[in-house]
Amino acid sequence: MGGPMARFAARRLVSMLFVLFAVSVLVFLIFNVLPSGDPAVRMAGKVPTETQVEAIREEWGFDEPLYVQYATMMKKIFTGDLVSYFTRLNVDEEIWKGLPRTLSLAIGAAIIWMAFAVALGLYSALRAGRFSDRLLTVLALIGISMPVFWVGALLSYYLGYKAGIFPNGGYVEFFDSPTQWLWHLILPWFALAILFIGFYSRVLRADILETMDEDYVRTARAKGLSERRVLLSHVLRNSLIPVVTLWGLDFGAVIGGGAILTETVFNLQGVGQYAADAIGQLDLPPIMAVTMFGAFFIVLLNAAVDIAYAALDPKIRLEGGERR
Amino acid sequence: MPEGGRVEAGAEQHGAGPWRLTARRLRRNRVALAFGALFLALVLACLAAPLWAKHVAHTTPEENHLSDTVVVDGETRNVVDFLGTPIGPTWRGEFFLGADGNGRDIMVRLLYGGRNSLLIGIAAALGTILLGLALGLIAGYYRGWADGVISRAMEVLWAFPVILIGVALGTALALGGLRLGPLTIEGDSLAIPILIIAVIYIPYLARPVRGQALALRESEFVEAARAQGMGSARIVFSEVLPNVATTVVVFLPLLVANAVLLEAALSFLGAGVQPPNPSWGTMISEGVDRIVSAPHLAIVPGAMLVLTVLSLNVFGEGVRDALDPRARVRIEH
Repeated sequence: MGGPMARFAARRLVSMLFVLFAVSVLVFLIFNVLPSGDPAVRMAGKVPTETQVEAIREEWGFDEPLYVQYATMMKKIFTGDLVSYFTRLNVDEEIWKGLPRTLSLAIGAAIIWMAFAVALGLYSALRAGRFSDRLLTVLALIGISMPVFWVGALLSYYLGYKAGIFPNGGYVEFFDSPTQWLWHLILPWFALAILFIGFYSRVLRADILETMDEDYVRTARAKGLSERRVLLSHVLRNSLIPVVTLWGLDFGAVIGGGAILTETVFNLQGVGQYAADAIGQLDLPPIMAVTMFGAFFIVLLNAAVDIAYAALDPKIRLEGGERR
Repeated sequence: MPEGGRVEAGAEQHGAGPWRLTARRLRRNRVALAFGALFLALVLACLAAPLWAKHVAHTTPEENHLSDTVVVDGETRNVVDFLGTPIGPTWRGEFFLGADGNGRDIMVRLLYGGRNSLLIGIAAALGTILLGLALGLIAGYYRGWADGVISRAMEVLWAFPVILIGVALGTALALGGLRLGPLTIEGDSLAIPILIIAVIYIPYLARPVRGQALALRESEFVEAARAQGMGSARIVFSEVLPNVATTVVVFLPLLVANAVLLEAALSFLGAGVQPPNPSWGTMISEGVDRIVSAPHLAIVPGAMLVLTVLSLNVFGEGVRDALDPRARVRIEH
């Protein structure tokens, strides 16, 4: 620890900043270089006059050089002055409004998918080759083959609309009513979690089976440890490392835009749905801010996983600064 | 890493090449083969879409039948009733799987939509493989500044919120098309989702290929080739490329599966295939909007999509087990 570790973390931080900068420039260019229509013309309404368009262009600074526009926009993201082209609402405030919704969805789903994946993966590995293992394998493969918005729509229709067990989309603040909050989120959580349960349980099963062949597991058994002890403290502990790594990365990816489909289907009005609505109107300020926000979470969790890995595993070369 | 796949001592005959051994192992995996055949059958069915449309359903994927009637069990029924609810599956030639809100034949649209979805999936996967392979090999074999640039670019691509940026690009391009010098792509062209999906998945392939190329360039047989005076371009093609081929083959089916899923997601958010051109994604999207009055509109294309992706996933797992059981392939959708 200390020297090389700190330098590794510092280098990781610098590369994080570079990546975020590059992402912001790319998004900005995408919307300014592609011929998707002049924002001033679209903002001026159905039958714009030339003077109206000119006025808007000047008011919003669209007549300035691109790099000036870029700098202004980035500055406004950080000072909290960024405003949507069309709704004229403050972008940062809208993101803060959506954040608890997106976090509620992502955290709940992440807990569910990890819990189910560990239980099913362990069970599958212990029953390897038997009927129950095959059945779980089939279910897992079906799980990773389904589009989340389709599953979400069907769950919402059959269990929400038809059976009336769950509410038909929407979100209730946790502090308004914790039970309603939970009730509204159960379907979105599971819709989002199914894919990950399928994937993680398969990875875990393979890891457990591989670990069981290791010498140290045989040694632990030979020492006379109970099967339960061997399984929990030797096998599972080591097999969990890759899955926990994935968990960190996927959690970042879900907050950083992966939840967009689930939020839209269940009308949760989170950050993802906010972005989807903004994209539909090609409203650059919210798109820019949400992309930066999403990229930040992805990069942050990537770096956290890297640093945790380097700290835990002395074999990792700190020089390369990269996982393979 | 031995050339090609792992060779199990004693289990296989001497003299058979690694690809032969793989084929033999795959042939023993009945389940994987069955699902591979299922995928082929689905592809063939979609290719036969014009036959079904012309000779069985007597309509086209974009033809509306809002005021038409159809005879089911001797009873004349409206294709779309006065409330706007479309007819469900009739299980006969015309409107086999029912109609959609515009009175269009779902079976016909399903088959034509499958063509689009599969075309996008396969073309995007091939694009990813071409680009990912080229970038990974250059970065890993030549190292130096090329590696620096490519690795940074992959990092940036990796950090992009995938669906967010795909949808943003798709929407922007669908509105204005793309003009790059002599190259013009119309806003409703399938090339747009193909390009977007192909680029998004590059890092998933380029990273492992780069890692392998890094290891291979230090290997003895590459050193031997170098000592013989082989140029580096030739070494990459004749010595390094065949050794990363297993990775590519393991990736291909899973990549197609995920590309098909991503197409559906993009179309669902209005940034993929543009209506009235059908794809499974756009059909699901239209179905979700009308799920309360006609759930079959969402169920039918979704089930077709799941069946296709599932068959690719099961077949892909079989290929992986036969080729390189330790390979960890991970693609998100």
